[in-house]
Amino acid sequence: MKILTTPRMERCIGCHSCALACARLVHKNLSWGTAGIRIHSSGGLSTGFEAKTCLACDPAPCAEACPTGAYSQRKDGGVIVKKDLCIRCGKCAEACPVDAIYLDASTEPFVCIHCGRCVPFCPHDCLEMADAPGKRSVLKGGAA
Amino acid sequence: MIRDHFRVLGVNLTTGRGNMEIVEGRDTVAGGSGLAALLFERHGHPDKPWDDPDQPLIFAIGPLTGYFPLMSKTVCAFKSPYHDQYAESHGGGRSALALRFADYDALVVTGRAQSPSVIAFGSHHLGIIDASYLWGKDIFETGKMLRGLSKGSGHRSILRIGPAGELGSAYAEINVDTYRHFGRLGGGTVMGSKNLKAIVIRGDAAFPLPESKDYQKLFQEVYTKLTDTDMMSKYHDIGTPINMAALNALKMLPIRNLQLTTDQGIDAITGERFADETLLRNAACAGCPVGCIHIGFVRERFAKEHRYIYRQVSYDHEPIFAVGSMLSVMDPFAILAIIDVSEKMGLDVMSAGVALAWATEATEKGVLSESETLVRLSFGDVEAYKDAMEHLGRGTNDFYRLLTQGTLRAAEHYGGKEYACVLGQEMAGYATGEVYFASQALGLRHSHLDSGGYSYDQKETGADVSKAVGFLVKDEQGRGLLTSMVACLFARGVYTDELLTRCLKSIGYGSLAENLGPVSRNIQELRWRMRLGTGFIPEDVTIPKRFYEVSTAKGAVDADFLGGVMREYAKAIRRLSAGAQ
Repeated sequence: MKILTTPRMERCIGCHSCALACARLVHKNLSWGTAGIRIHSSGGLSTGFEAKTCLACDPAPCAEACPTGAYSQRKDGGVIVKKDLCIRCGKCAEACPVDAIYLDASTEPFVCIHCGRCVPFCPHDCLEMADAPGKRSVLKGGAA
Repeated sequence: MIRDHFRVLGVNLTTGRGNMEIVEGRDTVAGGSGLAALLFERHGHPDKPWDDPDQPLIFAIGPLTGYFPLMSKTVCAFKSPYHDQYAESHGGGRSALALRFADYDALVVTGRAQSPSVIAFGSHHLGIIDASYLWGKDIFETGKMLRGLSKGSGHRSILRIGPAGELGSAYAEINVDTYRHFGRLGGGTVMGSKNLKAIVIRGDAAFPLPESKDYQKLFQEVYTKLTDTDMMSKYHDIGTPINMAALNALKMLPIRNLQLTTDQGIDAITGERFADETLLRNAACAGCPVGCIHIGFVRERFAKEHRYIYRQVSYDHEPIFAVGSMLSVMDPFAILAIIDVSEKMGLDVMSAGVALAWATEATEKGVLSESETLVRLSFGDVEAYKDAMEHLGRGTNDFYRLLTQGTLRAAEHYGGKEYACVLGQEMAGYATGEVYFASQALGLRHSHLDSGGYSYDQKETGADVSKAVGFLVKDEQGRGLLTSMVACLFARGVYTDELLTRCLKSIGYGSLAENLGPVSRNIQELRWRMRLGTGFIPEDVTIPKRFYEVSTAKGAVDADFLGGVMREYAKAIRRLSAGAQ
């Protein structure tokens, strides 16, 4: 399965078209927040922009943190979210190491589903659907 | 949020309290320019001066803001320190979407804070924060300090003023998100008079979209039109500075305080040269995939060793004209360095550049000397202009304090009115001829964007007064409707009335969509009523002699034609104001 990647964020102009597209097409909202990808300025506008989006972890800490099974591991990385099982506890967002999960005012979580519908809206080709790298090999042992 | 009324946040800085106001009128004034005029009618005080604490400072968005691409601008309205009359200034950045997602159609600030303050609000919070430590800080320092003040990086808009807005310059800007501005007619000084250093708007709400598929399909159609066709390529590629070479070739570019309209030296500062040599990157207003913001760089060596600072400076046709061709500074990096000082001070670079061009010619003619200007001003002297720009921003002496009230004010005192390049306010970068000169001199905002007079001059031949005035009135009506939506005017070729109708219908504004003709006329009349009601007398507007001396590729300016357009346009404005057009 492919995942959403952000390989060319240096080109980002901060138009928010990707986030607006995700909110519009996936979540049927007008928003630049309730989306699986969100654009932030990185230390002020003069240093450019960064995308907050799911890195397709496998295993995904957010899925492990979810107490109700609303989050489950997606094949090749990322998560599948069943909103009807979600109790709005916000544990998923707490667990995400890269702040990829947005909680709205009611603590409803919004996370990338790796559908790629944002990609064609980027005018500078910053985004790309790519093959998932598969399970990362992790060195065993060590002090940790 | 789609609603048939306006949800307006009022903030009174004297009492330190906010209030929520529900205002009817969606189907008669739409939003943006129309809403701003309506709010000024409700909250403004025509008989009180611009700096009376009761006067409102208004920011308004429109029904399509955020719902469609390039619906990305905010209208700012106030009684102007430049002419003490109703004024509008438009800006982009993230301001429009931040207001949308803060869930307000407009913000109205009244009162005067006891000490320098910042207003910070979003959909769930409102606060007035003491910011005495920011007073006196320039635009760059202020921006850096404010970033730590609120959450929401990327989803907030920071509107701020620099020293020029604090000291009372008639053309101090409101900086928006570093690279955009409510530039003209002194909105920054209105903020300063209220002890308001900055406004931080956090867009933290989300709204459900219409369930019908019409909206989604139409969004895609508009998006494709704006990005896949070449309609916007001018703005996406070289940007507005592409006008430099084109106007120079037509002998329509103001050069050397409008002593010339063409010069071979312009070849060094064309949009193409800026793009090839200075362009670092582009940026966009939120909600606009075109990304017309062009950001160049300034690199300055500050030590004998190889030690440098660099700054990023946004550029457009207008700043390049104002501190480039008008000052005969024919080097892109030098132009960016002067723009940079203007940005730092929080000045409207167009007005400041034209003011310094007048001061330079006045120096050449012996009207001014270094005892007034502190540095010797001569065309092309970059270092002197950087110093002078800072003096202007900080109001260093009586001369600069007067010059920052407007070029004509200084010329009235020192002499040299005949070569003050003022058309209602300091001119914009078009010396296209009679119709443009009349259009800026009499236009509601005194902006080159009020109507396409510059385009009329380039396309039309002949001296048909009635045809020219008919064009100005009709074009202004169309643009006023767009700035009530609020569209970026660069998208005016895409957003026809027919497309606006479809857009409005697709999100549930059916009744507004069906009445765009009467609504646009109502907006036009309302805006002119505010303008004339605060003291504008169109018949009294005169055009300095310099404009009559201009020669373009079409030939010398026709004084009779210009006079005729001025007279008839003034009459048309009277009729509009009376609702009798």
